[in-house]
Amino acid sequence: MATMEIDDLRRILVACAGEDDGIDLTGEIEDSTFQELGYDSLALMESAARITQEYGVVLPDEAVSDAATPRTVLAAVNSMVTAAA
Amino acid sequence: MTVRTVVTGVAVAAPNGLGTEDYWKAVLAGQNGISELVRFDATGYPSRLAGQILDFEAKDHIPSRLLPQTDVSTRYAIAAAGWALEDAAVGPDTLPDYDMGVSLSTAQGGFEFTHQEFQKLWSKGPEYVSVYESFAWFYAVNTGQVSIRNAMRGPGIALVGEQAGGLDVVGHARRVIRRGTRLVVSGGVDSALDPWGYTSQLSGGLVSTVDDPARAYLPFDRAASGHVPGEGGAVLVLEDAGSARDRGAPKVWGEIAGYAATFDPRPGSGLPPGLRRAAELALADAGLEPGDIDVVFADAAGSTAGDRAEADAIREVFGPRGVAVTAPKASIGRLCAGGGPVDLATALLSIRDGVVPATAHTSDVPEEYGIDLVTGEPRTLAVRAALVLGRGRWGFNSAVVVTAG
Repeated sequence: MATMEIDDLRRILVACAGEDDGIDLTGEIEDSTFQELGYDSLALMESAARITQEYGVVLPDEAVSDAATPRTVLAAVNSMVTAAA
Repeated sequence: MTVRTVVTGVAVAAPNGLGTEDYWKAVLAGQNGISELVRFDATGYPSRLAGQILDFEAKDHIPSRLLPQTDVSTRYAIAAAGWALEDAAVGPDTLPDYDMGVSLSTAQGGFEFTHQEFQKLWSKGPEYVSVYESFAWFYAVNTGQVSIRNAMRGPGIALVGEQAGGLDVVGHARRVIRRGTRLVVSGGVDSALDPWGYTSQLSGGLVSTVDDPARAYLPFDRAASGHVPGEGGAVLVLEDAGSARDRGAPKVWGEIAGYAATFDPRPGSGLPPGLRRAAELALADAGLEPGDIDVVFADAAGSTAGDRAEADAIREVFGPRGVAVTAPKASIGRLCAGGGPVDLATALLSIRDGVVPATAHTSDVPEEYGIDLVTGEPRTLAVRAALVLGRGRWGFNSAVVVTAG
């Protein structure tokens, strides 16, 4: 299974929950919290379901809390993808 | 002294016009919003017509964050609420958030969204169903989304009452204002034109099977054959008249002067239907006599039995041919919860411009109905007061009186 890059996460977030008009997702977003990026818990649940469908890994709830960041999500996904390989 | 409730903002999203002025031009021109379904291939269905909004590009009107979580009906509600507030010159800081409420009606909920999620459920499995289905289907979602988007923390309600609900909710909003909330966004929208939603409407047995868009929905015509389902609705900004004056509201469209609702008696009881009583009670509530009403916007069932019953009620209240009657919904279909609010908006436009739109395609009204139906061309008429009627299936009757204020 392929690992997940930041552009994959951007694509999934936008597809699942759209994007906040006032926030530029194309910038350096790795260390911003999802709350700062305009995503609430439902948006993250929806995105986590899509990640499961695409990458075959189930993220624990705390990995997709609104205090999490794209960097922590990518690390969690990729460590599970690698472990499963 | 009772607080007066005035309309300071109006927005229409209708099959023949998106936005109040486009709709009004289309209605006066007799432009038909009824056409063959394009949402899905309805070949083989007993009916194939609908009043469809074909020019609503959701991403032009709805923020990106709301697109994945909203049914088409909720998008109409959010867009129309935005236009109505703009019309009323109300922004998030115009009034304190707890002084602004939302009372919207919907009768169908998020059919199309839910249909898509059902398809995922059955073809792929439960883990593919959108988390947003949890509220996107729900009757209260329009009220919730409009309230969140516009930071309105005053009283909020969702009212379900089929075609009468869009009037009941305006009556309710007036009560909310009388209890002290300064502004309420009210009205209603509906849309259920996906295969499941449309089939659900057909299964009610009242939809016309005539396939000519100009002949399928002929309220009060001898050839009446049922109605055509439509989508859309209208949103009104209602305010305490004194508060609207104090904040310098740019205009007052009119006043919600009277409201009443009744239920029909149990079938077989031998008692008369309740529409006449609703009309009389709304007039009394407004402190008006039948002679004060310049035009009646009819519920216009489009079935012979329904039209006859409504003609009886109108004739009994106003006398034979005693008042102008019209049904502009003939050119957009029956919009469920959206129908009453669109009629209220149309009545306010008639008050503003001194013209009553025609009942689009009706031409042959039985003499014994005894109603003066506006047909063919719009009628020039100074309108100071209008009565709007609505009926929901299984016996809801509602009536609202709007005046120039």
